[in-house]
Amino acid sequence: MNDKHDKLIDKKGIRLDGRKADELRPLKLQVGVLPNADGSAYIEHGKNKILAAAFGPREMHPKHLALADRMVLRCRYHMAPFSVQERKSPAPSRREVELSKVIRESLEPALFLELYPRTGVDVFIEVLQADGGTRCASITAAALAIADAGVPMRDLVVACAAGKVDDTVVLDLHDAEDKLGAADVPVAYMPALDAITLLQMDGILTPDEFQRAVDMAMGGCKKIYEMQKEALKTKYMVVKDVEESEVEE
Amino acid sequence: MPTYFEKKQLVTPGELLAEGDYLPGENTYVEENKIYAQRIGLVDVDNKKVNMVALRAFYVPKVGDIVIGTVTEVGFNGWTVSIQSPYNALLRASAALNRSFKPQNDELSAVLTSGDLIVAKVASYDRLHDPQLTGGEPGLGKITRGQILHVVPTKIPRIIGRKGSMISMIKQETNCQIVLGLNGIILVTGKTPEDEELAITAIRKIEQESHTSGLTDRITQLLKDNKESMEEPVNE
Repeated sequence: MNDKHDKLIDKKGIRLDGRKADELRPLKLQVGVLPNADGSAYIEHGKNKILAAAFGPREMHPKHLALADRMVLRCRYHMAPFSVQERKSPAPSRREVELSKVIRESLEPALFLELYPRTGVDVFIEVLQADGGTRCASITAAALAIADAGVPMRDLVVACAAGKVDDTVVLDLHDAEDKLGAADVPVAYMPALDAITLLQMDGILTPDEFQRAVDMAMGGCKKIYEMQKEALKTKYMVVKDVEESEVEE
Repeated sequence: MPTYFEKKQLVTPGELLAEGDYLPGENTYVEENKIYAQRIGLVDVDNKKVNMVALRAFYVPKVGDIVIGTVTEVGFNGWTVSIQSPYNALLRASAALNRSFKPQNDELSAVLTSGDLIVAKVASYDRLHDPQLTGGEPGLGKITRGQILHVVPTKIPRIIGRKGSMISMIKQETNCQIVLGLNGIILVTGKTPEDEELAITAIRKIEQESHTSGLTDRITQLLKDNKESMEEPVNE
């Protein structure tokens, strides 16, 4: 990535990977991929490949971390050593610890923490392949895993980023755009309640550009939300199919 | 004041179910006078109450429930029992032995050791205290024979059927004793392994097709068919 890209967006407004400014990368979502976890999900967001597994609510271990008045959500965001071009040390880095916290805090508003005091829900996020925007894809997958585990939720949490590349506000930045672009705004969002649970910004934007970036990211979130719901339903569609075939009989 | 779903529609968490003059039932919540879903499941409205049967859920203890659990730890005056719920249950020695208990006289691990399966009743539970079990009633106690199977706890009511119609029918047709733990664990004890196998097949079928109508008839049919095929070799 050291060789200089003259332009990240060409004259026709097409980006390096052939997308338009307001286009998402191709997405694939799958629920219930890990039988050993209470709930699990897999996401392919462009070149990102991420697994999420949820456990609980269950007794907290170690016990002193349990809270008397609410449930504790723990998240572990981890990148596999082979997830990036240069080997990443498997030990948790500063960045991973921070992202774990950010992801946890973006998911917490969706849970009814006060319903099951003294218990804990664990979410493990494993990035198998990274290409920019892993925190957003992780949140999307983690929310699905939690829902699949049967933990009550206010809404599914979706996340998507927008940013500024070559003076244009664009949706869903990939790695090169993230590194060479001017700004990156990840947004996590609960569409049914119209509530933002995560809003970060890295870089410089004018207030007007920022507003446009947030709106664009929320628009992207809504599109992903539909796919998320679809993925969750697909796993349980079997139940529905049986029912429909019975009705036809 | 509409509802936004068809009968028995599959919904995901956060889906808007109804607005205004409706009451939130199980697995739903209210925000700004709107009812939303909490889990993935099938919704239904019954007399202004929006109810949802969750397809994925965990067991939350309730006083009086019969549960099946595994002893995980032998303590000084009782056992810790895992009941597949967010909270581990406690079984006090006096509650299990049904008499006063003196540590000098009784060896707890001789009664139940870790790994033993027990049928017990939830004696007390609230969110601040772990559930306590009791085992001193007829039908409760250590499991010595039979087969165990796990189902999603929310499917148990369907297996019981209306006023126990489904379960009593299975019991009758298969000559099996069946104990339904409300925490989603089922104990099947029959005279022969074939009987147990048949009962398990029937329960599995109910679990898979739990939300279809006319299920009782199909289960009856299944049991009859199997019985005939089992009897055939005898006739030859």
